[in-house]
Amino acid sequence: MQKLGFAISARQQVSELSLAEKQLVLIARIMAEQAKFVIFDEPTAPLSMEEAERLFTIMEDLKAQGIGVIFISHRLPEIFRVCDKITVMRDGKKVSTVDTAETNANEVVHSMLGRAFAEEYPKTFVTIGEPLLTVSHLAAGRYVKGVDLEVRRGEVVAVVGLVGAGKTELSKLLFGADQPEQGTIQLNGRNLHSKTPYHALTSGIVLVPEERRKEGILVKESVLHNLSLPILKKITRMGIVSHIAEKKHGDQLIQSLGIKTSSDQQLTGYLSGGNQQKVAIGKWMQTDAELFILDEPTKGVDIGAKRDIFKVIGELAGQGKGILYLTCEFEEAIGLADRILVMCDGKIMKSFNYGEASQQDLLYYASAGREELV
Amino acid sequence: MNHKIAQFSYRYGALIFIGLVLLFFSIYNQHFFTYNNISDILRSISIVTFVAIGITISLTVDGFDLSAGSTVSLTTVVVAAMMVWHQMPLILVLIVPLIIGALVGLLNSFLIVKIRIPDLLATLAVMYIVSGIHRTYTKGYSIYNNMQFQDGTKAPGVMLDSFLWIGQGKLLGVPFPVILMLVAVIGMHLFFKYTRGGRQMIMTGSNEEAARLSGLRVNRVRTLAYVASGVFAAVGGILFAARVGSGQIDAGSSMQMDALAAVFVGYSVFGAGRPNVIGTFFGAVLMGVLVNGMTMLHVQYYTTDIIKGAVLVLALAVTFVHRKRQKV
Repeated sequence: MQKLGFAISARQQVSELSLAEKQLVLIARIMAEQAKFVIFDEPTAPLSMEEAERLFTIMEDLKAQGIGVIFISHRLPEIFRVCDKITVMRDGKKVSTVDTAETNANEVVHSMLGRAFAEEYPKTFVTIGEPLLTVSHLAAGRYVKGVDLEVRRGEVVAVVGLVGAGKTELSKLLFGADQPEQGTIQLNGRNLHSKTPYHALTSGIVLVPEERRKEGILVKESVLHNLSLPILKKITRMGIVSHIAEKKHGDQLIQSLGIKTSSDQQLTGYLSGGNQQKVAIGKWMQTDAELFILDEPTKGVDIGAKRDIFKVIGELAGQGKGILYLTCEFEEAIGLADRILVMCDGKIMKSFNYGEASQQDLLYYASAGREELV
Repeated sequence: MNHKIAQFSYRYGALIFIGLVLLFFSIYNQHFFTYNNISDILRSISIVTFVAIGITISLTVDGFDLSAGSTVSLTTVVVAAMMVWHQMPLILVLIVPLIIGALVGLLNSFLIVKIRIPDLLATLAVMYIVSGIHRTYTKGYSIYNNMQFQDGTKAPGVMLDSFLWIGQGKLLGVPFPVILMLVAVIGMHLFFKYTRGGRQMIMTGSNEEAARLSGLRVNRVRTLAYVASGVFAAVGGILFAARVGSGQIDAGSSMQMDALAAVFVGYSVFGAGRPNVIGTFFGAVLMGVLVNGMTMLHVQYYTTDIIKGAVLVLALAVTFVHRKRQKV
């Protein structure tokens, strides 16, 4: 432990440690086992900048001791910081291997995507209208500590932040799934107190939650029934659900969103991640929602479906809906959003307009602006 | 090919099994497959089926109702007492137990939905409370026509004939409870298949959190499910009193288990793999047929429970093996 430069007592319970400390325990174990190669699979995802930097120092130490290190990551700055050689993988295949000195970030991005960055994000620009959602001093629990933000009609606002910044918790507050302790939420200038998601839906706010299979869709139900769930009331006469209207609604969505399913009776759990996500988004399309909150909508979604989802977001903005896009993928925010809000430790730290921010800028504020590390 | 056979047997296995059981008893006893005996079987299962439909509804919202049996006990003695002790008119005798059933359901849902006690435990507690109430109310005695009280006086009333007809009468040669049962089965099946309320219950049971985040008022849906469960149990209680012609104490305790068995056998009917009213009905039929057939074959009454249990195990095995294999 001392060699790693960490003050953890060997007698402490692992469950009491922070994530970064747990990682160090793992690394210490690896050292004890005298490994020849160490594979790090996205080790920096839960770490702060400072902790990540310490991890890189350890990786360099390992290298100096003649231990091979494989570092799996999608964070380019980190890769260029520590690696000697870069191998790019896409869709389960190796694309290229090059020496770090002989390449640059743009080339790597190009081989990661198979095309240039700009094509990845079909950003549409629409006229941005009246303020739709105004949130002030919203706070609840340990994760949301006083959030102010505004979303206008036709505007895509991204909230970026590292894991644990409070984005998911914020989305649940706005959707009435959790209750705020302080602050106000206004939609179209009217104060909202959504006691449940039902109330949020009827006032015009919908959420595509992060936990797709647990919260976004009902995996054991058919695509058709998933899609019609929020609009059941509209297709019900005297208590009876119109199967004709339901089928028309469902099939139309399946077609317009390009949901790949063998039939509308297919259980949603059997679809691919991207198509499940399209169902989770599509079910809200025919509601009268004005504000769409999407929490990490591209998590576990393949590139093709990602583009489809981005296109849908553009279309919704074109219809004058407001989009609140919560993500920890900075490049998505840069590619899609009219405005980027950086969230860190339950607060909004900084706001950028489209084209103003680089990944570095976002990372800087997302990790609480510890300048010495960037 | 193998897969197809497995699929077919999963879907229709339960019905084929019922068919084979019917065939077996018909061959061994010539009196088995007669109109009178079949209508006897249906009448004997009608009360349990009502209780089982109630439990099916609570299971549909991914709940559980252990208090249905004690609700049967309570409502049975209440209707008897209303006639025998208080000589109340028929209409009250029918409405009050339904209200009691709904109140038990409300109590259940208050504990489960508001206080968030797990359903099994909450309804277990309510089962004790309700069955305690019914014993306290009757001081432990069954209620019958002009019953004698401990102080030597006699109860003023008798069970009304019009009331008894509900349990014992016939309409066009079909026992009235059987007609009620069929109406309830078909009605609830249509409810789940075609109405918004039914769909909301199914979706809530499938994944409560996802349903809530899709804008369903899941607490309201679950409350209604428990109320419905209580009301169906109350109908069972009314039918029991009308059938027996008295207010038997502890009438419902055996019914709770029989109803549960019917519901779980029902999971395997048509390969539904989840609670469903049609399955529940066939589950109750199968249990009724087994008891009736074995009684005719002079199998000991106690032994029939072994067979019932074995059938339940079989049905559950089919359901859960299949569920494991096609994990979503």
